[in-house]
Amino acid sequence: MIISVASGKGGTGKTTVATNLALSIGSQVQLLDCDVEQPNAHLFIQPVFDRTETVTTPVPEIDLGKCTLCGKCGEICEFKAIVVVAETVLAFDELCHSCGGCMAVCPEDAITEKGRELGVLQKGHRNGIEFIHGKLRVGEAMSPPLIKEVLSYRDPAKLTIVDAPPGTSCPVIEAMKPADFVLLVTEPTPFGLYDLKLAVGAAKILDIPCGLVINRSDMGDQKVKEYAANENLPILMEIPFDRRIAEAYSRGDMIVDVMPEWKAKFMELFEKIKSQLN
Amino acid sequence: MKEIIIISGKGGTGKTSLVAAFSSLAENKVLCDADVDAADLHLIMEPAVVRGADFQSGNSAAINKDACTECGLCREMCRFDAISADYIVNPVDCEGCGVCVHFCPETAIDFPVNTCGEWFVSDTRFGPMVHARLGIAEENSGKLVTLVRQEARKLAEEKNLDLILTDGPPGVGCPVIASIGGASAVLIVTEPTVSGKHDMERVAQLAGHFKIPAMICVNKFDLNLELTRKIENYAKEKGLSCLGRIPFDPVFTKAMIQAQTVFEYDGQSTVGEAIRGTWQQLAENLELG
Repeated sequence: MIISVASGKGGTGKTTVATNLALSIGSQVQLLDCDVEQPNAHLFIQPVFDRTETVTTPVPEIDLGKCTLCGKCGEICEFKAIVVVAETVLAFDELCHSCGGCMAVCPEDAITEKGRELGVLQKGHRNGIEFIHGKLRVGEAMSPPLIKEVLSYRDPAKLTIVDAPPGTSCPVIEAMKPADFVLLVTEPTPFGLYDLKLAVGAAKILDIPCGLVINRSDMGDQKVKEYAANENLPILMEIPFDRRIAEAYSRGDMIVDVMPEWKAKFMELFEKIKSQLN
Repeated sequence: MKEIIIISGKGGTGKTSLVAAFSSLAENKVLCDADVDAADLHLIMEPAVVRGADFQSGNSAAINKDACTECGLCREMCRFDAISADYIVNPVDCEGCGVCVHFCPETAIDFPVNTCGEWFVSDTRFGPMVHARLGIAEENSGKLVTLVRQEARKLAEEKNLDLILTDGPPGVGCPVIASIGGASAVLIVTEPTVSGKHDMERVAQLAGHFKIPAMICVNKFDLNLELTRKIENYAKEKGLSCLGRIPFDPVFTKAMIQAQTVFEYDGQSTVGEAIRGTWQQLAENLELG
């Protein structure tokens, strides 16, 4: 089973829920941090990393000896990443979407592929939890291929918890796509609700069932609950504001370590997710 | 003209609430919401739309079933696994590269332009505002960010305004890169948490990578004083100016629920004073008139 933890709005508590849920369940769990722009789960899980690899995406390499400057590569490229100018071919690697069109269309077989570095993928573990995250290279714009790479480490024999990035565009879709259940962490504020509606829309487009966790549930208004009732969205957990939780989070401590009574609540959350799927 | 982008690295540190509060203090400006993926500034600004337009960008493949012979070449060549076994293109997976369109021997694949969202020029009680809405699950957020920034600049020139105050997106990827390129400066709003610090460092590196001057302010500073000091020390080491500390205060949330800035909600709050000080520092650094 794959549970994607998403939110729309940033800073609502995705990472808090994903990490505490993983640690509460404890065994046969893998946590994949797919917020590759700003991965944070490792700050809380503090895994021992035993493997780091560079993730690349293919971009064209041109053999000017074979190239006849016919310009077909520039014509097929929708991303203006390759162009024939004067007596040469210019490739703009950072614009390339790795579709392979230029290589396929070249009549002289003058194009091969090399790798452009997207970032790194790290694999580790703590307390029996398998942990994997991607870290986008600072300056790199394209996160979805790195997210895909992190997700390729999914082990179907285990429960997979995915920490998704904020928003509702391509990176989030990538992190939600393989999920059996999307757990949406929100806060009862106008910003929280507005962005929650977008995230629910994304789950609907992908046709994945979802449920809510309301964080800082007593700091705001009732409108998230009214929305959930109208949309038939189950509220699976509420986390009231507690300065001890906020301070523990600030230090990188896990709620279930500082306040062990929360472990049962996260287990209950997991049971509720399972019963939603039955 | 000066253009300042408020970013954070980590989401939920208070960017939008702070931009709203600054809009009470700044004069002669255009407001711009460049967080097109989850735009929230309009919830406080309540903009009256003056004009709007569709945002069209990129294309998606669509197979014409009548002409398709199911030869399989498109499925073989698509690197995004966007074409199903029964020859239907999944728009969520289609990258818009056009490889299938080009190579289909029956020319059975159309390639219509995508409408990915909308953008608006509006009036607000704090002046003109440019904002947008990216469709759910759409791509090209970077291009929409570039578009709203260009429109904000045009508007500022037309109306002879000397500041563009922009609410930026979280993260360090495509939309953030599109938000900060060529800006006068960025203000990084961070919080004293291990994740806030981690993400601030990455986005500060990004600003450095594109040679954009960066400043820092610590929101909810009293949540963890030790980390607040560590963040400020990091900023000093890297030559980023620290504009101020803003205390943790539920007044931010209360104001948001009323669709007000913190100044409108409570003219006397401590948090308001801290924001005023931060703004003065920012205006001095930017040499605003």
